[in-house]
Amino acid sequence: MSLGYLLRRVGMFLLVVWVAASINFVIPRLARGDPIQAQFAQLETLGIRTSGMDQVVAAYKKRLGLDRPMVEQYFSYLWNVARFDFGPSITYFPADIGRLIAQRLPWTIGLLTASTIIAFIVGNLLGALLGWPGSSRWVKWLVPILMPLSAIPYYLLGLILIFTFAFSLKLFPLGGAYSTGAKIELAPAFTLDILYHSILPALSIVLSVTGFWMLGMRGMMVTNMGEDYMIMAEAKGLSPMRIFLRYAMRNAMLPQVTGLALTFGGIIAGSVLVEVIFDYPGMGWILWYAIRATDYFLIQGIVFVLVVSVALAMLVLDLLYPFVDRRIVYVRR
Amino acid sequence: MSAANAAAAETRAPETWSRRREWVSYGRRNPTLIAGLTIITVIVVFGLVAPFIIDQDATRTTAFSKDLSPSLDHPLGTDSFGRDMLALIIVGTPQTVKIGLIAGFMALIIGSALGFIQGFYRGPIGTSVRGVTDITLTIPALLILITVASQVRQVTVESMAIIIALLAWPGTTRAIGSQVLSMRERAFVPIARFNGMSGMEIIFKELMPNMLPYLGASFVAAVSTAILFAIGLEVLGLGPQTTNTLGMTIYWSQLHSAVIRGLWWWWLSPMVVIVLLFIGLFLISHGLDELANPRLRRRV
Repeated sequence: MSLGYLLRRVGMFLLVVWVAASINFVIPRLARGDPIQAQFAQLETLGIRTSGMDQVVAAYKKRLGLDRPMVEQYFSYLWNVARFDFGPSITYFPADIGRLIAQRLPWTIGLLTASTIIAFIVGNLLGALLGWPGSSRWVKWLVPILMPLSAIPYYLLGLILIFTFAFSLKLFPLGGAYSTGAKIELAPAFTLDILYHSILPALSIVLSVTGFWMLGMRGMMVTNMGEDYMIMAEAKGLSPMRIFLRYAMRNAMLPQVTGLALTFGGIIAGSVLVEVIFDYPGMGWILWYAIRATDYFLIQGIVFVLVVSVALAMLVLDLLYPFVDRRIVYVRR
Repeated sequence: MSAANAAAAETRAPETWSRRREWVSYGRRNPTLIAGLTIITVIVVFGLVAPFIIDQDATRTTAFSKDLSPSLDHPLGTDSFGRDMLALIIVGTPQTVKIGLIAGFMALIIGSALGFIQGFYRGPIGTSVRGVTDITLTIPALLILITVASQVRQVTVESMAIIIALLAWPGTTRAIGSQVLSMRERAFVPIARFNGMSGMEIIFKELMPNMLPYLGASFVAAVSTAILFAIGLEVLGLGPQTTNTLGMTIYWSQLHSAVIRGLWWWWLSPMVVIVLLFIGLFLISHGLDELANPRLRRRV
């Protein structure tokens, strides 16, 4: 991997972060001029008035420095955002928005990473089996089952899962990430409790995303079947298992890995809603709370952190890609 | 003169007949497209006709007793506001479809214009459009939508559709752009150029007609994305508070914990319509893919 590629890719990441930060700066000012006064006026008409509201107003006035010129405001804003300093939350005053987000982020990352990896592996395996001439008949039955599921948004799938498995059959908890009253510690019992609570939310993501990977993989496998190296491998007398894994699947996987980077955004956006449905205490849950309490600064902080997470995940995947596909050598054209 | 006309009519009659047969036999070869079109047509016709048949008062709050389970009087029950669920679904379906159509159409116009520029023009114009598209694709649109929608005081169905359209185009741009990129390498493009056609003429007269199935598939995909975004915003409580779209119905049911109170008809009814919409759109876009790319047909 050349240094030039690395720099270009990191530059792209910084550009995305900068654009996201600027959108957060511009939109509130476009919408209502003075970002504080109008928002607090609206809070009051809604009857939301937390104690110490004057303190919040004062704190924000000082932070944003609205008497200063716009350019100066913009740069001090960028400087704050670069240090993940979003100021105090209105609803949780004087709690710091950065701290609030930091508490929630691990839940979302855990749930998403696990379910994305599971869906990716299962989907690609099933897709590979579907495109493989030697696989058994029953695999074909998966298509009509998983295809409609991939057309349903996963937060809606979540509603069905809660109703069926948690409300009617009482097999799983109705929501939350751990039992109420459970002590948060690093113990096996608590870990099991977390896993038990995460099964349904994870399943709703896995069920709908698996179909997407399956279809893509099937297409790639079919295209690979006619390639010369497949005939060569067969002519050499390699075992079908080896041909399947090392020749067909290995090559069909590559575009799928590229696809993984492109779907991060959609996955994170959808999981925000899954958390709302499952009352799961991650980023989506606090976002829902912030929206209901019209805590704009908290909303902006959450959105910014999520955008940065997606961009970062894509960056990491892009930098890892040459290790997956050894043929790729990044050189400047 | 009249004899010639008659002869022409005579030859035309079997022609239209055979064309109709062609359509029918194509439909038989592409059942995905037919199934999708049927589902969407049924939903749209239902949405256009049914609001005239039902009593609009049934969607007012406290019109009936609340939380009634499905019965003969209320086939889909009532919600915690005392509204008739069947009437809500009938009123809400066209609103949701409307958001999808407005936003999808606008996204198609923006997205395909940028896609043609990105795929056809090399040099600074194409590169800068590609750069903008790449950045927009990286930032999850729903998140920016949340920022924008939380700043708009009164969201209506129309304003929401416009906001969504402004962020739903990059997918279209990417799809159209890559198609144009491969199509511009075909022999008919240099030939058109030798014939003295300008870039714009080539785009509209040569590429556009060849791209029709792709444009159709992109439109369907854009509508589907727009509805997905709209329902996402609505479930988060950023939708049009005074309009009973399908997503808003799910939002209210969520706010009143309908799932854990066992009021399954409240969330299940809008969901069935939404799922049918998505499956119908999905089947259409798959069918159009097959129409555009017959070589892929039935390979597996």
